[in-house]
Amino acid sequence: MSRAIIQMKDVNKWFGDFQVLKDINLEVVEKQKIVVCGPSGSGKSTLIRCINRLEEHQKGQIIVDGNELSEKTKDIEKIRAEVGMVFQQFNLFPHLSILDNCTLAPIWVKKTPKKQAEELGMKQLEKVQIADQAFKFPGQLSGGQQQRAALARALCMEPKIMLFDEPTSALDPEMIKEVLDAMVNLAKAGMTMIVVTHEMGFAKEVADEVVFMDEGMIVERAKTKEFFANPKSERTKLFLSQIL
Amino acid sequence: MIKNLTLLKPNKESLNLYISLGTIFFVLGIADVTFNIFEFLPIWISFFVPLAFCFLGLHLIRVEFSGNKKLDSLNKNINSNWFNAILTIFAIFLLIKSIPPMLDWLFFDANFVGSKKEDCTGDGACWVFINVWFERLIYGLYPINEIWRINAAFIGLILTVGLAFFVSAKIKKYVLIFLIFVYPFIMISLISGGNFGLEWVETNAWGGLALTFIISIFALTFCFPVGLFLALGRRSSYPVIRYASIGFIEFWRGVPLITVLFMASVMFPMFLPEDTYMDKLVRVVIAITLFESAYMAEVVRGGLQALPRGQYDAGKSLGMGYWRMHLLVIMPQALKLVIPGIANTFLALVKDTPLILVVGLLELIGMIDMAKTNPKWLGFAAEGYVFAGFVFWIICYAMSRYSISLERKYKTDR
Repeated sequence: MSRAIIQMKDVNKWFGDFQVLKDINLEVVEKQKIVVCGPSGSGKSTLIRCINRLEEHQKGQIIVDGNELSEKTKDIEKIRAEVGMVFQQFNLFPHLSILDNCTLAPIWVKKTPKKQAEELGMKQLEKVQIADQAFKFPGQLSGGQQQRAALARALCMEPKIMLFDEPTSALDPEMIKEVLDAMVNLAKAGMTMIVVTHEMGFAKEVADEVVFMDEGMIVERAKTKEFFANPKSERTKLFLSQIL
Repeated sequence: MIKNLTLLKPNKESLNLYISLGTIFFVLGIADVTFNIFEFLPIWISFFVPLAFCFLGLHLIRVEFSGNKKLDSLNKNINSNWFNAILTIFAIFLLIKSIPPMLDWLFFDANFVGSKKEDCTGDGACWVFINVWFERLIYGLYPINEIWRINAAFIGLILTVGLAFFVSAKIKKYVLIFLIFVYPFIMISLISGGNFGLEWVETNAWGGLALTFIISIFALTFCFPVGLFLALGRRSSYPVIRYASIGFIEFWRGVPLITVLFMASVMFPMFLPEDTYMDKLVRVVIAITLFESAYMAEVVRGGLQALPRGQYDAGKSLGMGYWRMHLLVIMPQALKLVIPGIANTFLALVKDTPLILVVGLLELIGMIDMAKTNPKWLGFAAEGYVFAGFVFWIICYAMSRYSISLERKYKTDR
């Protein structure tokens, strides 16, 4: 068994008086693919946003690739550079072309020479099959193309871990597949992935394990087949009966 | 044919007749405004004749769906009902009554050539006044023999700016750095002199349009970066920085500029240690800069707040720190959004410069004040202010057009 790349121990988080995460314990091993599902407001997004410290947890420990995240963490940027993230709303930079979106962080954060960064950018764009859109601006692309561009942009930083925060929820139905296909390819290439999604088909196809959350707690964590075939908790059964 | 006419409801059956009749009435009405054709009637009738005739004329040509495109668009835009017809008529009357006298004053009855007050014989404007004082209005009390230095400084500025537009992106960077960090000092040492064998000219002697430009250029250049930092400071997560920024912005926004200028010129030197001296012009430029930077900060903050949180998330998740994220992702978008607001602040700054009159610095309007109170040239305030208004309008209109072209250039969405 390879080493745990993400460790969360008794993580608690509050928004004001409201507790969003309750005693979260989660370990993710290198190259593991984990799908996080659950009803809205259950804390799934907050959970993965804590992993690259877009949200700060108040209690407990989060260790990413050997570095503990806390107020004292220096160089949080270095850790973030190794954890890629794809957002529900794409969040491409609208003032830059697609290729510039991809090369911005490699050039300015990793100090990659411009030419090399552009080659890398084109390579990643080809992988998600939108190399022909490289010189357009985000506003000129369809939602599915934008989300694939966002994926390519994250991959240009050559991260060790990829986080997906409901990557297909803002897309028209016919565009969901093209994004999921790109994610499946990435999974096959051996990336460590944590995916918050409602796409159970995707979960069945690529996930090693599924985590089910409700009311800020991890209710159930199981191997994918086990999770769908034989869910243990009543809450999970109810959820699955509603969405499948 | 005549019997087809129904006066209350013009229709397209006898379109040409309606148009001809309407036009005749309308032209008669308009002509009466100028020539008083119906003077022989009692005054209370003749006074309303133009209005009545024009109204009748417009009513007659208001033919619905006439099929004549020009007529239809005319009716739709300025003659769609009786109320709009009256508004149109009054607008036309106003133009007829005001434009010709204005043109007469500005050009036809005006005097352009001459060298003294007595050369102005017409009823119109005396542009001789501007002509004679022109050099003073532009250069203030600067020694006439040294004026070439001001010219050289500004021509150099224009050439460098022009250069920045035409060179490739790589060289442009260096030109801009030169323009912002080096050229201002060249300009100032050229104009103030005191070295390189140039005669020292005190800032008290600087003035006129040149001073307007000098103050505007320096205040614009400095208030922009100060405003950016204040805007960021006001959104900082460090309370000390945040409250300091809020305090600074609210202080400067709450005080009238005239008070600030007075403080800078009269009160501030009293607080300085005995043996230190700061030029009045420098103090005034700093005061204007700080004053306008508070406004700039709020404009930029508006842009920052308009950006969705996702842009910050995306920047952070790619490993960018605070400064890189703001420089590369946030500021370019925020500034693009607030170009109209920035232009607004810049225009306000340029038009605020005449206020330095209160501390005895005479830029364009100050010089006009001085010229119009010269015993030999009393009574030409109107010419002076019209000229100043025209000059300011040209400057501000150019800036406004430039801001619009920037908006177009950076429009990447949609």
